[in-house]
Amino acid sequence: MYLLGHLLTEPVGVVHYMIVGAVLFTCGVVCMATKRNALGILMGIELVLNGANVNLIAFGSPYLRGAEATIGLDGQLMAMFVIVLAAAEAAVALAIALNFYNNFGSIDVDRANQLKG
Amino acid sequence: MNWTSCLFLLCSLMAGGFAVAVVLSSNIVRMAFYLVLSLAATAGLFFLAGADFVGAMQLMIYVGGTLVLLVFGVMLTAQSQFVQMRTSSGELLTALILGGALLVVLVSTAINVPAWQPTSNPAVDSATPVITATPIGMALEGYRVDQLTQPDTALRRGMSGYLFPFIIVSVHLLVVLIGAAYLARAKRPVVERMR
Repeated sequence: MYLLGHLLTEPVGVVHYMIVGAVLFTCGVVCMATKRNALGILMGIELVLNGANVNLIAFGSPYLRGAEATIGLDGQLMAMFVIVLAAAEAAVALAIALNFYNNFGSIDVDRANQLKG
Repeated sequence: MNWTSCLFLLCSLMAGGFAVAVVLSSNIVRMAFYLVLSLAATAGLFFLAGADFVGAMQLMIYVGGTLVLLVFGVMLTAQSQFVQMRTSSGELLTALILGGALLVVLVSTAINVPAWQPTSNPAVDSATPVITATPIGMALEGYRVDQLTQPDTALRRGMSGYLFPFIIVSVHLLVVLIGAAYLARAKRPVVERMR
C-alpha cells in the first residue's frame, strides 16, 4: 500500500518492476498448472519468460538504479536472448502440439497419457 | 504529478490485469488476445525503463511473431470442444491458493531488499534519453562500447561481449526451426499406415 500510494508522485524503483514481474510469473505458473489445453500451457510459459524479462530490464535500467548498482547493458542483452529462446521454444512446442493433435484428434494434455506406467 | 510513474502504473496494471485474465479465462481464443495485450503492455514497461531496442524487439518478435504462431496453433486446433476447456474448480482453487502464496513470498522478498527501493540519484536522469540500439549491436558483435571507460580491470573481462552466445543462440534457433518444420510436416493419415 505504501508503494502504491506514492506512485503517482514519487519515481518508480526496481521494486515496482519486481512486483510486476512477480505477478506475471505467478500468473504464468498458475496458467501452466491449471490449463488443460496444450496451447494454454504454452501461453503460461510465455508469461513466465516475460516476468523474467521484466526483472532483467529493471536491473539493467539506468533510470532506476545508481551508476554503480546498475548492470547496464547486460540485462538488456540477456532479455534479448530470452526473447529469441522463447521464440524457438514456442515453435517446437507448437509443432509437438500439432503433431499430438494430428495423431490423437485432441489437444487436451490429460489425454497424453500413453507413457503412463 | 510524475508522468513516468503514471505511465508505469498504466502499463503495469495492463500487463498484470491481462495476465490474470489469461489465467481466469477458459476460452482459448480470448486467452490469446489477452496475452497479446499483456505482452504489449510489457513492451511499454521496457520503453519506460530506457530499454527502447528491447521494447521494440518485444513488440516485433513476441507480439508480432511468437504470438502469431500461437494464434495459428489456436486456429488449427480450434474445434468447438477444445475452444472452451474448463478446469475443475477444485484444481483451480488449489492452484490459485498456491499461486497466491508464491506471489506473497515473491512480493514480500522484493519489498524488503533495500537496494531495490527507488533511488534519488539514478545513473541517468529521467529526462535524458539513452540510446541502446548501437551498443547492443556492437555487444552482440563482441565489442562493448558502453564499457570502454570501465576503470576496474576485474570488470573489464565483461568487455569481451556476447559474440559466442549470439552464435550459439543463432545456431540453436536454426536447428530448432528445422526440427519444428520436421515435426509439424504433413503426414499420411494414421488409418492408412495401420493397414
